[in-house]
Amino acid sequence: MSTTLRIPLVQLAHARSGDKADWVDFGLFAWNEAGYRILEREVTAAKVQAHFAPWLPGQVDVWLLPNILAIKLVLHGALQGGGARNLRLDNLGKAMGAALLRMEIELSAEEFEQAQKSPRRGWWPDA
Amino acid sequence: MRASIRIGSGLGFYGDNWEPVAASIERGDVQYIASDHLAELTLAILQKDRQRDPTLGYARDVIPMLMRLWPLMQARGVKFVCNAGGLNPMGCAQAVRTALAGKGWHPRIAVVSGDDVLHLLQDAQARFDHMMNGRDVADVRERLVFGNAYLGAQPIVEALAQGAEIVITGRVADAALFLGPLVHGLGWKLSDAQTPEDFNHLAQGLSVGHLLECSGQGSGGNFGDQGHWQNIPDLAHIGYPIAEVLADGTAIITKAPDTGGLVNFDTVRQQLLYEVHNPHAYYSPDVVLDMGQIQLHDEGHNRVRLTGALGSPPTDQLKVVAGFKDGFKADITWGFSWPDAWDKVQAAERIVREQLRERKIPFDELFVEYPGLNSAHGALALLPPAAELNERHEIWVRMVLRTPSKAAADGFGRLFPWMALSGPAYTCGFQGLNNTSELLGIWPTLMAREQVHAHVQMLEVHA
Repeated sequence: MSTTLRIPLVQLAHARSGDKADWVDFGLFAWNEAGYRILEREVTAAKVQAHFAPWLPGQVDVWLLPNILAIKLVLHGALQGGGARNLRLDNLGKAMGAALLRMEIELSAEEFEQAQKSPRRGWWPDA
Repeated sequence: MRASIRIGSGLGFYGDNWEPVAASIERGDVQYIASDHLAELTLAILQKDRQRDPTLGYARDVIPMLMRLWPLMQARGVKFVCNAGGLNPMGCAQAVRTALAGKGWHPRIAVVSGDDVLHLLQDAQARFDHMMNGRDVADVRERLVFGNAYLGAQPIVEALAQGAEIVITGRVADAALFLGPLVHGLGWKLSDAQTPEDFNHLAQGLSVGHLLECSGQGSGGNFGDQGHWQNIPDLAHIGYPIAEVLADGTAIITKAPDTGGLVNFDTVRQQLLYEVHNPHAYYSPDVVLDMGQIQLHDEGHNRVRLTGALGSPPTDQLKVVAGFKDGFKADITWGFSWPDAWDKVQAAERIVREQLRERKIPFDELFVEYPGLNSAHGALALLPPAAELNERHEIWVRMVLRTPSKAAADGFGRLFPWMALSGPAYTCGFQGLNNTSELLGIWPTLMAREQVHAHVQMLEVHA
């Protein structure tokens, strides 16, 4: 019987956030195909909305981009009306990509191992 | 017309670093630099400048930037396209002309204007609903301070065709700064685009522009992850992205040799999706881009090949972003040291709320966050119990008053200094005595294309 793990997205993915008026958008990226299959299953609009809800309970839109192993997300109502009226230190949501990477997902130990040992698709000078 | 074009990224925002652009010009073999000085918020900043001095209202960093870069560009025949004109492209172009003439440099400068549509939004009959929440612009019409349509690449193409060496625009779609030179240099069809192939060329060009419009974000800067960003080399000397684009639309994203940063599958795709909403319908004035078939082939060693962008005809509407006055804020930051630092910031907050109430100071909101604890992630950053926080070396608090009254904002900082002698002990680092700023609401809307008239004007050369 396989062990079920709960891990934060940061262990499987990278992310960047940006702003348009009152919406914050996120690109979420798996390092490889094995990681992407997990994200595709786990990162749903409902789960992302629930993750942000204690702070920013807005609607979430999701699009899948298997061609670049990515998920595009948009969180509505995230910036107190927009960057030029937002009172937070992070008025443009630049650090919110990391808030997405805190989200916990469930997966089997085998899936996690597979995603971690599969090579990254990108060329990195350290690899 | 050329078989390929190499175009380099200029600035990614008003205030960015231009030294990496020098590397692209000197070692990157580029024919064009395109520079984006205008984030969505920037027009709000420029509006405040223009309010103080009507000859301003443009991104002033373009002057020292060109004083440094123009001699390098001139020597190599590199052309420069930027949107630094902001709310005053003609004023910007004249200031550039004067500054460069002082050094004996006399480039041919073109000005692209016509994006200012404030008068149309102010027309009491006009209906320009908020794109995101559907509200009627009548709610804010009296308070509008700027309104600009996102122009497309066509006026930039015209300026280059007229022989401009420097093109200065107001608001244009960011990626159009790059698409213009590509259309001009590669002979692509734009206003006369008809076939799927024509639109796919434009979609490739738009994708390239999108990848390059944020300077270092396209080459390893601001790479968001845990544990890999440390392997991105030498961010202190980052090379901004350069695209080599073929006439068939195929693009190689790369950067100048002997620069830091990293162009790979991971860094490029983080930028590809940046500030995109529906990736299957990324609207621009020139083409609608579908990213669903894009392939990013990582060739290694800072070369990524981009193919597969799909284009379709643009809509008959242009996006407009307007700004309206939306009250004032004043913010203070203040620290307390161990012991009991957490309880002390709570006490300070209570005292301030009491003063606001007793003095009947009008305000909409007192926003409180704790730098070092929760200002990046709000309620998602779970705080330790109070007993543990009270043992911390120090706790910082930031309080921000949102108010319709400028006088209330101006007085906010005055509620604090007396507490240094008469409040809780061991305070440090109070900031914010005079810290009022005006808030601007952003109003994105759509406008019929035929209501917007782009205009190209060549400045006289004063040799």
